[in-house]
Amino acid sequence: MATHHVNAVLPDEPEKATLEGKNKILGFWLFLGGETVLFGSLFATFIALRDQTNGGPTSQQLFDMPLVALATLLLLTSSLTSVFAVLALHKKDLKKMQAWMTVTVILGLGFLALEIYEFMHYVHMGHKMTSGAFGSAFYTLVGFHGAHVAFGILWILTVQLQTVKKGLTVVTAPKFYVASLYWHFIDVVWVFIFTVVYLMGMIGGKVG
Amino acid sequence: MSAHASHAPKRSGIADWLTTVDHKKIGILYLIAGGIFFLAGGLEALLIRLQLMYPELQVVGAKTFNELITMHGTTMIFLAAMPVIFALMNAIVPLQIGARDVAFPFVNALGFWLFFFGGVLINTSWFLGGAPDAGWTSYATLALNQYSGFGIDFYVLGLQIAGLGTLIGGINFLVTIINMRAPGMTFMRMPLFTWASFVTSGLILFAFPAITVGLVLLMFDRLFGAAFFNPDAGGNVVIWQHLFWIFGHPEVYILILPAFGIISEVVSTFSRKRLFGYSSMVFATALIGFLGFMVWAHHMFTTGMGPIANTLFGLATMLIAVPTGIKIFNWLLTMWGGQIRFPTANLFAVGFIPTFTIGGMTGVMLAVPPADYQYHDSYFVVAHFHYVIVGGLVFGLFAGLYYWWPKMFGKMLNETLGKWNFWTFFIGFHLTFFPQHFLGLMGMPRRVFTYLAGQGLELGNFISTIGVFGMTIGTILFLVNAYVSAKSSKRAPADPWDGRTLEWSIPSPPPEYNFAQTPLVRGLDALWVEKMAGNKGMTYAEPLGSIHMPNGSFLPFIMSLGLFIAGYGFMYHNYVVVGIGMVITFGCMLMRSLKDDPGYHIEPDEIEEKGVKA
Ligand SMILES: [Cu+2]
Repeated sequence: MATHHVNAVLPDEPEKATLEGKNKILGFWLFLGGETVLFGSLFATFIALRDQTNGGPTSQQLFDMPLVALATLLLLTSSLTSVFAVLALHKKDLKKMQAWMTVTVILGLGFLALEIYEFMHYVHMGHKMTSGAFGSAFYTLVGFHGAHVAFGILWILTVQLQTVKKGLTVVTAPKFYVASLYWHFIDVVWVFIFTVVYLMGMIGGKVG
Repeated sequence: MSAHASHAPKRSGIADWLTTVDHKKIGILYLIAGGIFFLAGGLEALLIRLQLMYPELQVVGAKTFNELITMHGTTMIFLAAMPVIFALMNAIVPLQIGARDVAFPFVNALGFWLFFFGGVLINTSWFLGGAPDAGWTSYATLALNQYSGFGIDFYVLGLQIAGLGTLIGGINFLVTIINMRAPGMTFMRMPLFTWASFVTSGLILFAFPAITVGLVLLMFDRLFGAAFFNPDAGGNVVIWQHLFWIFGHPEVYILILPAFGIISEVVSTFSRKRLFGYSSMVFATALIGFLGFMVWAHHMFTTGMGPIANTLFGLATMLIAVPTGIKIFNWLLTMWGGQIRFPTANLFAVGFIPTFTIGGMTGVMLAVPPADYQYHDSYFVVAHFHYVIVGGLVFGLFAGLYYWWPKMFGKMLNETLGKWNFWTFFIGFHLTFFPQHFLGLMGMPRRVFTYLAGQGLELGNFISTIGVFGMTIGTILFLVNAYVSAKSSKRAPADPWDGRTLEWSIPSPPPEYNFAQTPLVRGLDALWVEKMAGNKGMTYAEPLGSIHMPNGSFLPFIMSLGLFIAGYGFMYHNYVVVGIGMVITFGCMLMRSLKDDPGYHIEPDEIEEKGVKA
């Protein structure tokens, strides 16, 4: 609907005020269902291959807990700040919403920088995409997640740009809301990566 | 409000088709593209059967034969069957639920173009160094660089692009069916074809990501030296099998459920009876969809999973025969006591029932793991899945096309040609595939390019090849029929079959906004309810008013073209080309995000004008 010129009162929960908005949010939830299968398949592959180091370094030798814990902290905090942004959206406080989302983006960038540093460090230690099945599975799973983070950052920035230009409307609100959903999803996936890849990688390990 | 949103410049001719976001036109695009790929896949089948007509023939040779079987399977499943299903879903589902449009018209167009460019990419392999040759299942290690040619890269990249299109198409239909139903169109009043499309879309959503991951892993192995499937470096080939079949088995139901839906509509209409056991049909559809995810490993009984896993997957597979059986009996009981007519659509529907039953029965035979050790990779399996996919899905699609052709194109198909189409195709089909059961039981393995004389395989193979000519003639007759109908000047009426559902309450073909006024649905078989109440047409849920429509856009086409270009970049390790393609695609995404589409409005006076003309 051509509602972008509605300059009267913005309805409550503006992201769900139009049929387009409702469709977008439902469609995005479904998309996240598909993404869940995608990451599920990558996790299953990783679990099957995580001991196949092919002579390269094992996960116990590689992983550095303080670094990963810091990355986790950054990403989990960014999820919290994006919740604050959505709360601001529901209060129709554009400035606050933009501010919290900017914090989210900065935290996301910090996470990404740590991940790039981590990958470079591992490659240096001989843990590569091509060094064996463990390497392939590690970089594919964690890298896929990293690519999602990078895409999420770019996405949020374009939505931010639109809210600067157009303000908070029933057109921009669903976009904003959906981007925040995506960000939460990335966070949840990271919790699983932290558990399955890092924690289980450090305490587990093949016996014998 | 907002009556000032103006008309967009109307595009015409080819530009209109490249930019359309109208689900009816996208349906026609799917039908044409899927039809062309169907002809390519059919030609490949013909060559396969000519090679096998007599023992030790050299019609195409072993290498080309491998390429032909791979491309035949891949093309028919991904590029012919799925798009024609999407063609009917696009053309019919919004009409059946009383919607003016799908939930995401832009995404719908994008889904089509992604499928189209993915399909074209795979098929260009024929001219760029050879087609994929590791079978449509593309098992590792056979599909790795050491054992297979360049063609697999086309398979891997093309299917990723096409699969993305299918995935977003599925999401579009889920949201459309959940959110866009007309007032009164509750879930338990939805026509069975819409129900089947709904469940199929759900299966697409959860099955396609699995194969996408499999394809990505295979791509990393082949292009970037990863070691997922390379046993020398700790890889595991069985992972591919799991990922492929976690997708592959639901795919069977993605294909067959829409056919079930079509048959339900056609049988009910041409029996002039309400579908027998509607609720149990809905329940069976959902249950088949659910169980479809629990059985993938029945394709892997001989992989060595052990007796426990084999038993469980075997039992789960046999369980699916129950809801499927419910459907078969419901169709029979719908016809029981009905005033049955046999136009071509119903011939195909009635031909479907016994044929599909045979395919289902051999499926239960294959679900017994010890027996499967005998059938595995033999022509028995080939016979089984062709009974399900051709005898099931393709018969269903023909039924659907004859039934809905007037709604899609505004012209009727010729019934005499249609009957010839049915009988040649039906007899040809059984001639081709019935003997293959016995060839398999006699020990003929699938995917062999020839066989020796004197082993009792000559007669079966000869009959099988003759049968293909019957199917070829049937297909040609269908094309002739389509051509004749396009040339004829006779317009189809709105309701040629005395229909029961909403699509028959509007003109053929429908105007771009489908429903001038949103209908009010007062029961199952919404139009039939009104007919029985003595009404001329539907009652309406709203007065005549201004209708908002989305504008067409070149972006879906260009966005897909970008991925198409990037695909070649990956294959030839040319990362400049990858970059160009990605910039095109992401640039289009950005443009789409930044620029709102105000759409345009159709005003009541225009609607009335058109209404008089139609
Ligand atoms: Cu199966």
